[in-house]
Amino acid sequence: MSHVSAVVRPPLVTGGKSYHDITEDVCRQVEGKPTASWKIVFGISSVVLFLGTCSVFWTWWDGLGNWGLNKTVGWAWDITNFVWWVGIGHAGTLISAILLLFRQKWRTSVNRAAEAMTIFAVICAASFILMHAGRAWLAYWCIPFPNTFGSLWVNFNSPLIWDVFAISTYFSVSCLFWYCGLIPDLATIRDRAKSKVSKFIYGLLSMGWNGNTKTWFRYEYVSLILAGISTPLVLSVHTIVSFDFATSVIPGWHTTIFPPYFVAGAIFSGFAMVNNLLLIVRWTFKLQDYITIEHIETMNKIITVTGSIVGIAYITEFFIAAYSGVEYEQYAFINRAFGPYWWAYWAMMTCNVVTPQLFWIQSIRRSIMWTFALSVVVNIGMWFERFVIIVTSLHRDYIPSSWAMFSPTIIDIGDYVFTFGLFFFLFLLFAKYLPVINMAEVKAVMKSSSERFPYKVKPGKSTGEKVTE
Amino acid sequence: MAEHNHHFDPAEMEEWYDFTSSSKRKLIIGMLAGLAILLIGAFMVSKGIGIGIEHAHEHAGHGHEGHEHGLPGWAKRVVANLWMNAEFFTGISVIGMFFVCIQYLSWAGWSSILKRVPEAFPAFLPISGGILIILYFAFGQELFHWRHEGVMDPESEHYDAIIAGKSWYLNNAFFIVRTVLYIGLWYGLWVVLRNLSKQEDAVGGTEWWYKMKNLARVFILVFAVTSSTSAWDWAMSIDTHWFSTMFGWYHFASWHVTGLAVTTLAVISLKEKGYLRWVNENHLHDLGKFMFAFSIFWTYVWFAQFLLIYYANMPEETIYFRERFSGYGGIYKAPFFINLLLGFLFPFLWFMTRDAKRNQTFLKVGASVIIIGHYFDFYQMMMPGLVGANAGFGLIEWGTTLFFASAFIYVISAQLTKASIVAKNHPMLEEAVHHDI
Repeated sequence: MSHVSAVVRPPLVTGGKSYHDITEDVCRQVEGKPTASWKIVFGISSVVLFLGTCSVFWTWWDGLGNWGLNKTVGWAWDITNFVWWVGIGHAGTLISAILLLFRQKWRTSVNRAAEAMTIFAVICAASFILMHAGRAWLAYWCIPFPNTFGSLWVNFNSPLIWDVFAISTYFSVSCLFWYCGLIPDLATIRDRAKSKVSKFIYGLLSMGWNGNTKTWFRYEYVSLILAGISTPLVLSVHTIVSFDFATSVIPGWHTTIFPPYFVAGAIFSGFAMVNNLLLIVRWTFKLQDYITIEHIETMNKIITVTGSIVGIAYITEFFIAAYSGVEYEQYAFINRAFGPYWWAYWAMMTCNVVTPQLFWIQSIRRSIMWTFALSVVVNIGMWFERFVIIVTSLHRDYIPSSWAMFSPTIIDIGDYVFTFGLFFFLFLLFAKYLPVINMAEVKAVMKSSSERFPYKVKPGKSTGEKVTE
Repeated sequence: MAEHNHHFDPAEMEEWYDFTSSSKRKLIIGMLAGLAILLIGAFMVSKGIGIGIEHAHEHAGHGHEGHEHGLPGWAKRVVANLWMNAEFFTGISVIGMFFVCIQYLSWAGWSSILKRVPEAFPAFLPISGGILIILYFAFGQELFHWRHEGVMDPESEHYDAIIAGKSWYLNNAFFIVRTVLYIGLWYGLWVVLRNLSKQEDAVGGTEWWYKMKNLARVFILVFAVTSSTSAWDWAMSIDTHWFSTMFGWYHFASWHVTGLAVTTLAVISLKEKGYLRWVNENHLHDLGKFMFAFSIFWTYVWFAQFLLIYYANMPEETIYFRERFSGYGGIYKAPFFINLLLGFLFPFLWFMTRDAKRNQTFLKVGASVIIIGHYFDFYQMMMPGLVGANAGFGLIEWGTTLFFASAFIYVISAQLTKASIVAKNHPMLEEAVHHDI
């Protein structure tokens, strides 16, 4: 990659940081003792995780009857939460894979934390499958293998089984990608380690990395191959999640735009979650010079684009329902907007389509507070999107006598809380014991994109003007 | 790479394209030959003489929405071909604008060296768009089922309640307003962008880059909506009963990858003539990646639409694929599969390796195949609804396409002469010169 940078490009590493500063700044919290604030937050998430775990155990002990489902609404919070978490789990691998293929230098500061987030979010999503299985210990029945129980076999025609394949593949490749990227940094920590125990552990984890040219060559090659594999995977996962609904004949579910629109929505919510996590990380770990306002602004732009794509998809669905002349389809959409769940629909519309448009204003895009708040709003909106799609399409089916409403029980809520506890528990462990920024890759863009070593193109030399700085 | 001792002078980047009189002559001959072939083809088909694949009227048809109206089959086929090509080339033209705008919005540096090439494409919009408008005025009733006599009139024997239910959107006045608006907005915004681009050459400085970035925002917002609505209007409403929420993006994906392929071909042919000195295999590699990726994107959208309709198997939706699969005696099966083969399978395998994307010959073959594949995409999108059993592939098709292609190349070449082929004061230009992947 070339080190020449145009004058219009802002630096990605500020504060005059040197190569050594990167190592110091990122390794500091891995090597130091856990801070008090970390302990407090970790304590809170452990408590939440414990309470949630009780709820999950009760779900399994007592059975799914303790959820708020009824015979009309047979899918509600479980699948809403599942899709919500899977969606969040999209941004990490997207940043890593697609942005690597597009040679985006800004990815290097945010990819590590985003990928970790992906992995934890997918674990949270998977936990709803296990809960919904009722008998979690039989979950392996999802795997198609010849068995001794008779003629039992998975239904290959069902998009739910495609989900099992897609998500497990995605999870494996994401873990692999994340781990491969960690190896050089783990070696750095190994080489700096003072105690025997951490030397041993980080030594084991860094798999004998020796940093010679050949190893780096392989590192780059593996990254590129994994990026190539991950890119279609990122798309396939949420595509297949959308098939769970769209292959059916339920009005509001059966619509051909679902696959790309679900993918866009997933990227949308994933970036919002990355924003939230990184804003906290950069503040607590003092990484403002690596995760700069430029990074945040760029992510906000992606949120605006994907939010607008989602908005166009909403409007397209509405339009086609009207245009098609199919009365069931038309009713499904009118019921969404003006039926008993109107508040969920308008919450979705406001949070996903309207408020992200505030990011068109540069000062809002570059404001930490606005970014944080709007990112939370995005994920509220995306939760409502799934709820609206799932529950409003089901609760008034073809026979009015079976129309029903859904309300969550305390166990529904407790199971959702469980995943929050799990997510933050895992993320905090990651943030403490592993480097949250990919040091090696940030160092690779220092020449072109840092404040300290810039080689800037001077524009308009022929007319000799407009040279900034 | 480049250290501080390196000299980069924008003035040296300037290159002016010479549209030679011999190229002009060849292209004019191409246009005239296209017209002549079209007329001969039309005459022969009207007399029942076939060259190429001709499907005469004996195919009983597959119960499609009445084609018994108005013009004889051969004339319908001529009109259908004109409409299809006008739409196809409108797409290629507007994708030039789309490509440039995306480059600005994504802060892409590598493409700054070749951006003047796609930037010239929208110059063809007034012609292809004008043809669309003229055709609509002259043959709207032939082209669109919803324009047929009496379909919206409850008193008429041709009354169709479903189509009448769409009259709030599919009506003459609104359709004309929309079509004029699309062409007008796309072309108008391009004129502004093109002027800014030329001013950047003349004056220099980074302010033009920011201005063009702002304009790109406006265009992308406009195109985000109009790319779908124009697809509904110009293509989906041909099969008036049918609907699919994916259709807008599917139609766009087909336009987009075709536009990328045309850009690649144009860049390579300019390079072969000795222009674009600084474009090397790294830039071509990126164009190759784009074609590869967006062929897959098109396939993704195509497949998602197909699978969901196939799986749910609802009669009002599956009819679309039934018609293309087995309707009209199966005449659309071939274009349907040619489209998939050339639009997906071939580019997918052809552009898989790195070396393939860095080799001019490979790129030329791949790009040409993509263009042909997507020509057939539009063919199978439009022809079943436009001409039904009267479709064919012969002199009419060759002639129309030759005419449009020659006219497109002529207009674009003429446009290329109006500014340096390299935007010499583009602030990202030096990045592009050093582009290395």
